[in-house]
Amino acid sequence: MNSNLQSNLTAWVLIFPFVFFFTVFLVYPFAYTVVHSFTDSPLIGWGNWVGLENYQKILKDKLFGKSIYQTFIFVAWTVIPNTVIGLLIAMMIHRIQSTIYAAIILGCFFIPHILPVTVVTDIWGSMTSNDLGIIQWIVKMFQDDPIPFFRHKVWAMPSVALITVWWTVGFNVLLFLAGLKMINPEIYEASDIDGANKWHKFRFITWPLIWPITALVLTLQLIFQLKIFDQMFLLTGGGPYNKTMVVLYHVYKQSFMMNKGGYASAIALLIFLFIIFVSVANYYMLRAVDLDKQR
Amino acid sequence: MKKKDITISWFLLGFLTLITAYIFIFPMLWGISTSLKSEVEFLDVENWGIIPNDITFEHFIYMFKKSSMMTWYVNSMMTSLGVTFLVIIISMPCGYALSQIQFTGKNFIFVCVVLSIMVPGTALVIALFIFVAELRLINTWTGIILPQVISPVCVIVYKQFFDQVPKELREASLIDGASEFQILLRVYMPLNWGITAALALVTFIGAWNNFFWPFIMTTKTEMYTITAGMSQVDENWGVRNAYMMAVAMAASLPVVLAYIIFQRRITQAIMLTSGIKG
Repeated sequence: MNSNLQSNLTAWVLIFPFVFFFTVFLVYPFAYTVVHSFTDSPLIGWGNWVGLENYQKILKDKLFGKSIYQTFIFVAWTVIPNTVIGLLIAMMIHRIQSTIYAAIILGCFFIPHILPVTVVTDIWGSMTSNDLGIIQWIVKMFQDDPIPFFRHKVWAMPSVALITVWWTVGFNVLLFLAGLKMINPEIYEASDIDGANKWHKFRFITWPLIWPITALVLTLQLIFQLKIFDQMFLLTGGGPYNKTMVVLYHVYKQSFMMNKGGYASAIALLIFLFIIFVSVANYYMLRAVDLDKQR
Repeated sequence: MKKKDITISWFLLGFLTLITAYIFIFPMLWGISTSLKSEVEFLDVENWGIIPNDITFEHFIYMFKKSSMMTWYVNSMMTSLGVTFLVIIISMPCGYALSQIQFTGKNFIFVCVVLSIMVPGTALVIALFIFVAELRLINTWTGIILPQVISPVCVIVYKQFFDQVPKELREASLIDGASEFQILLRVYMPLNWGITAALALVTFIGAWNNFFWPFIMTTKTEMYTITAGMSQVDENWGVRNAYMMAVAMAASLPVVLAYIIFQRRITQAIMLTSGIKG
């Protein structure tokens, strides 16, 4: 009994710092957001209890619908290309035999990933600037006028997506590379004897064996890209004509610019629930597919 | 015939790899190149070259002597180091307790830790902002640091690592009369320097790169971190592209250097934190 009490005490001392900060900076803000979302509060301070009114307002908010739709467009533009390109690059690096050369090539793809987002947007902002940007030279080969990529109602969204792929693909390359290294080379050697060509090897060996990694990459990417905010904030400001208004940008505008704290909290909470739903659904869905493959 | 086929495709693939790698690293090279050019040379589009005609360090000298950059750099460095240090000393004991000690509420805590990985921080930003404002921590290093110190992923990585350490090690130490704290500090911590280094590196990079939190948290110029500060002065600089690139390159220097020096550790950390045994 005494030793039990003592080990309880020791354990709680060891976990206390984590539990403390966890409660203060995660549980409390979460509870606050929930309560806040039922009020008509401004950003700072409390308003009146309005029940479900904020949630009813969300249903009628056209910009909210648009921002959700555009978030999905962004996800579509980024998640699939990021996964496919990540796998292709990983396969390219995997066949390099020299360790140093492989490390250098991997570095070329991975370094963008560790850059701060402001550096990423600054570099691409400069490279696409109207008069001097190096990308505009390429544009000038096809047409006279430069394209203002981030202020153009058609180009803005794919441009931000392209930059995001450039910025984040290195992470996927790393995961795929680890997956490829786990595949036993003897399997490929055995398939050589059976006369398998390259496509067969990819289709029937690499692809099924790497599937768990692909599932992981897809899940992580989906959750990460749903939270798109920084790049829109820095490059397009949600414009032009709200064409790049994504859902977290909507929250930011409602709270920090329109001072509608309660309403913004309601949207934030919905996003939060949605991301949890996606994570869980994704986990089960991909696991189901995985089991099917193995049967 | 078959052999020749292989060499051609081998050559083509190698070439393709090089080209793709160059395309990916090009914006970075372009940034470095631009940061070393004078504004005049940058404007001279006709004679553009990736290697500057006249390499100049004027932007970097100006940045550190006359701009607020030095202050922002110090802010970034101190807050990132603070976050890293706190994440490690908070997560390690928690991972140890969850792995080694039987105590009431253990399962509940572990489930909370796992679930919290899914919490999107951005959704809580309004509440956090108000809370930190009430604590009067706006425009302080403490305010920037504290909300970043909970890292459920680090706790789980530590727990998994401690799970793999043979139980006999702890039992033998307990018989020798060591307390749990002594076991953690003298036996377990020296065993996991590699993992601690790896987690510290990615935590540091994450904190250094964090944009939105320091951005809304700071209203005074002298309290900006470098990533937040950069976005604020863009407009004022107008056409000073080369200078802007110099700032961007200086802001990425610590993280890029960290990656180049510790490539293997960072790779290991990414494997561990995404749940692959690396």
